[in-house]
Amino acid sequence: MSLKPKSNWELIKNGMFGENTIFRMAISLCPSIAVTNGMKNGVSLGVAVVFVQTMVNATVSLIRNFIHPKIRIPIFMLIIAGYVTIIDLLMATYARPVYKEIGLYIQIIVAFASIFARAEVFANKNKLWPSICDGFGMGLGFLLAMIVISFFRELLGKGELFGYSLISGNPLLIMILPAGGFLAVGLLMGFFNWVDMKFFGGKGASGV
Amino acid sequence: MDFTKLFELVVSSALINNFVFTMFLGLCIFFGVSKKMETAVGMSITFLMVMVVSAALSWVVYQFIMVPLDLTFLKIIIFIGVVAAFVQSADTIMKKVSPSLYYKLGVYLALITTNCIIIAVPLKNAGEHYNFFESIAFALGSGIGFGLALIIMASIREKLEVADVPAPFRGLPISFIIAGLIALAFTGFSGLITL
Repeated sequence: MSLKPKSNWELIKNGMFGENTIFRMAISLCPSIAVTNGMKNGVSLGVAVVFVQTMVNATVSLIRNFIHPKIRIPIFMLIIAGYVTIIDLLMATYARPVYKEIGLYIQIIVAFASIFARAEVFANKNKLWPSICDGFGMGLGFLLAMIVISFFRELLGKGELFGYSLISGNPLLIMILPAGGFLAVGLLMGFFNWVDMKFFGGKGASGV
Repeated sequence: MDFTKLFELVVSSALINNFVFTMFLGLCIFFGVSKKMETAVGMSITFLMVMVVSAALSWVVYQFIMVPLDLTFLKIIIFIGVVAAFVQSADTIMKKVSPSLYYKLGVYLALITTNCIIIAVPLKNAGEHYNFFESIAFALGSGIGFGLALIIMASIREKLEVADVPAPFRGLPISFIIAGLIALAFTGFSGLITL
């Protein structure tokens, strides 16, 4: 990471590709498998995360000078939990059918490492506007990963996208089974590493 | 009290609805600490203890404070607060009372608050209206299931160190594929007990 402050656009891009939560940093993995068995679920959770991540970064950045460093962790936790409660109640009211399937995972956003990490690493040290861009970019990166994974899983597993049938014949049932989620993420991660090594000379994200 | 039901709850949450392989929770920790057998065992033990106690605490708070005061819509904030407070105090007490145990398990204790299972279990207990003993049985089963997953994974990954894996798949991607295969094996447990 360079010390030179990045422009807002660079911050968004960094969140989407350079430090993509799922494929690069390999954190917040749970929902990437749990709710990606269909585009609708994946996109809904992604949007929820974009909202929470942006708002948390904005809030933390605004009040960063008033928080005593020693109690910052519980304070961040409370801020995150507050926004998660908002989105949880909103979805429970206005998106009932989706909420029934992914409700538990919406509530689990509170334990997302990526949101906490950005609040601690970025928003705690930066001004309001860059923090919003950083949070938004990180959220978009997550959304993007969710879209890619659920695209493949729904298309291969059911032959559908957003519930519309596209391919006839026997779909690969394993892709929508729980096990298929792990396989899909593993293969996609390997593929992105391969692209990175082959075309950009990177070392690939070894992850944990 | 119905012991058969409690036993079924333990078995079903440990094997059939295993948190890691069928609900996909706690994956960050699952992939993070399953590199070595020793750390996997340490994490499993710590996790099991914290899980049971925090589920019991959350149940008490939920039944005797949140329900009478009509605060159930704040359950996310309150549960995460209860868990974090318990982990923090366990950390402090353990450091004072048993430094040797703290030296062995303290690291894992700090990591536990980032584990989604720890917050998922109280939320599920509240959602399913389990009574006190059922909540504990559910927490116990979940803890056992998580430990089981962690230990299976660690034993495979230790062998993987010497395997010749294609370069782009080294590290995390191959671990994911292994987890997928284990998950496939775990689907064999479904239908063992119908609750």
